[in-house]
Amino acid sequence: MTPILFFEQSLNGLQFGLMLFLLAAGLTLVFGIMDMINLAHGSLYMVGAYLMASLVQASGSFWLALPLALAATALVGAILEVSLLRKLYERDHLTQVLATFALILITNEVVRMIWGTQPIMLNAPAGLTGPVELPGGVRYASYRLAIIGVGTLVALLLYVLVTKTRVGMLVRAGASNREMALAMGVNIRRLFTAVFALGAALCALAGAMLGPILAVQVGMGENILILAFVVIVIGGIGSIRGAFVGALLVGLVDTMGRALLPIAFATVFPPQMASNLGPSLSSILIYVLMAAVLVFRPQGLFPARG
Amino acid sequence: MRILGLAVGLVFAFTAQAANELKIGYLSTLSGPAGAIGVEVRDGFNLALKMAGGKLGGLPTEVIFADDTLNPETGKQLAERLLKRDRVNLMTGVIFSNVMLAAWPTIQEGKVFYIAPNSTPTRITGPGCTPHFVSASWPNEGHHEAAGLYAKSKGYKSMYLVAPNYPAGQDATTGFKRGYGGTIQAEVYTKLNQLDYSAELAQIRAAKPAALYAFLPGGMGINFIKQFVAAGLSSEVPLVVPGFAADQDIIRAVGEPMLGIFDTSHWAYDLDNDANRKFVAEFEKEYKRIPSLFAEQGYTTALVIDNAVRAVKGKIEDEKGFHKALMAAPTRIKSPRGDFRMAHNGTPVQDYYLRIVAKDSQGRLVNKKIGTVAKGLGDFWAKDCKMK
Repeated sequence: MTPILFFEQSLNGLQFGLMLFLLAAGLTLVFGIMDMINLAHGSLYMVGAYLMASLVQASGSFWLALPLALAATALVGAILEVSLLRKLYERDHLTQVLATFALILITNEVVRMIWGTQPIMLNAPAGLTGPVELPGGVRYASYRLAIIGVGTLVALLLYVLVTKTRVGMLVRAGASNREMALAMGVNIRRLFTAVFALGAALCALAGAMLGPILAVQVGMGENILILAFVVIVIGGIGSIRGAFVGALLVGLVDTMGRALLPIAFATVFPPQMASNLGPSLSSILIYVLMAAVLVFRPQGLFPARG
Repeated sequence: MRILGLAVGLVFAFTAQAANELKIGYLSTLSGPAGAIGVEVRDGFNLALKMAGGKLGGLPTEVIFADDTLNPETGKQLAERLLKRDRVNLMTGVIFSNVMLAAWPTIQEGKVFYIAPNSTPTRITGPGCTPHFVSASWPNEGHHEAAGLYAKSKGYKSMYLVAPNYPAGQDATTGFKRGYGGTIQAEVYTKLNQLDYSAELAQIRAAKPAALYAFLPGGMGINFIKQFVAAGLSSEVPLVVPGFAADQDIIRAVGEPMLGIFDTSHWAYDLDNDANRKFVAEFEKEYKRIPSLFAEQGYTTALVIDNAVRAVKGKIEDEKGFHKALMAAPTRIKSPRGDFRMAHNGTPVQDYYLRIVAKDSQGRLVNKKIGTVAKGLGDFWAKDCKMK
């Protein structure tokens, strides 16, 4: 493996990790602050991608459609929270899992009714369809680089929001001790709705940015949701910083495993077997990582509750 | 037992009369990222059915559609449902060979004929061949062998192969290697239905192959070619693909970046014969889009069924007679792909063409025929079929 290939695979891992972070950030806040397991988080990712694809078609501009799709999905998230999820906070986790799993099924069918069963196309904005030359002679897809840029920017904004603002202080207070925050007179209801809407918007951002690379299709949220859960467990539930580190770890381990393991196996096994073992072992690798983290730090890398 | 045997015998005696209607079980992949292929084949099939006035072989025809969603387990269950509950008397439709291999034992138990509009796995047409399986599409390795012949004729020093890890993916690389016969730099198998190829593309860039052969059908191909172009590899590595990885379904989704890609196919939209001109015109009128080779396969499948059922005057229960009629059908019909015949294992022996993605006179992206790669190419594995 040459240094250039290693560098390119690192960028791929970084790009995947940052998108996972967008999903995990919302999930970890909802889980940490509201103590609510929301399986339908992946559905918001799907809804965001579909809204984005429709808005791009309607407006003809990627960058115009992006904020609209984010706002629309945030609105969907807020409505969901106020109308349904709010009633689930008091229930046990099993009820929450059942109810939000039902939401996944309902959302999938509704999307199928509106947009049909075929995946719909969402293309990268003009100007970002080709490669760019990076220092050192590496050519890399400009759109993937844009994803890295957007992901990093959003991570920074979230960091500032959570650590430097009043809203962020309330969020941190809610995550570390909900009862105490309530006792201190924090308007938890409004905070919950706001956090949920923010999480939905982050989902939409991930869906909108990944849409041109992957396919916008029914069921796209389920696979990535499992990874997002792994991320928040590794990072520590309720912690944005943990979600960030966990997402990058998972992204890099997954991509590197996919790239390196088949090469390693190919020296020993025939190619078909090697490429069969490679991807399956690299997807196990993520869970091995999670298990290892849990053995040494049962609360995750950066536990929100001290 | 004897009474039971008598009863069963009576039932068979009754059903052995000519059917007065044709009930076709149509198992296909119609949703998900790979669903576009199933929709193309189905639309081609439906067009031929409509042009025949809703009657195949002169019999009122009912087609029962079932969507396997590219899940082999679902495919098996649906085949069972079509055979046992709906009691269909013919089956067709399957797109993916992993679904085909899972559903095939069930279809065989049902003792109905299966006419393949797409997937023709070598495991079914080789040593495991039976009279109940007849293909109106191509043997799994056909397009790949033709593509290999093309790569050989271009004199590429070595090839880099990418295919999904499932039966047809392995058939693809086997077929390509047989046609090409040169050095294979690497063979990479990706997960079926993988959507992000960044890791594989980085490896291809580092390997700097003389040329790349990628067999990635449906949505996988759309994503791969889009990402291949976005990574700037299209200007570094020549890409050769089989026809079904560069046809209208993918052109529609990818657009201009497809220009100049070479591919091999048993059919081209501008193939010069009357049956094809009629098919293309009727298809465009009905569905407002240019047909792909998949649509041609669905269309030809319906023509084969129509001809064979007519030849036995609706007596499809006469297994020997119907099999003979199916085997003879290709030479009696006017297929858009031109003349072809059946090898003794029920797979087409046909010509393969070289095509290039270019613009037509109206500025639309189409897959133009620019030459013939192989004439009368049949299934290599027919040699393993002991059936006469």
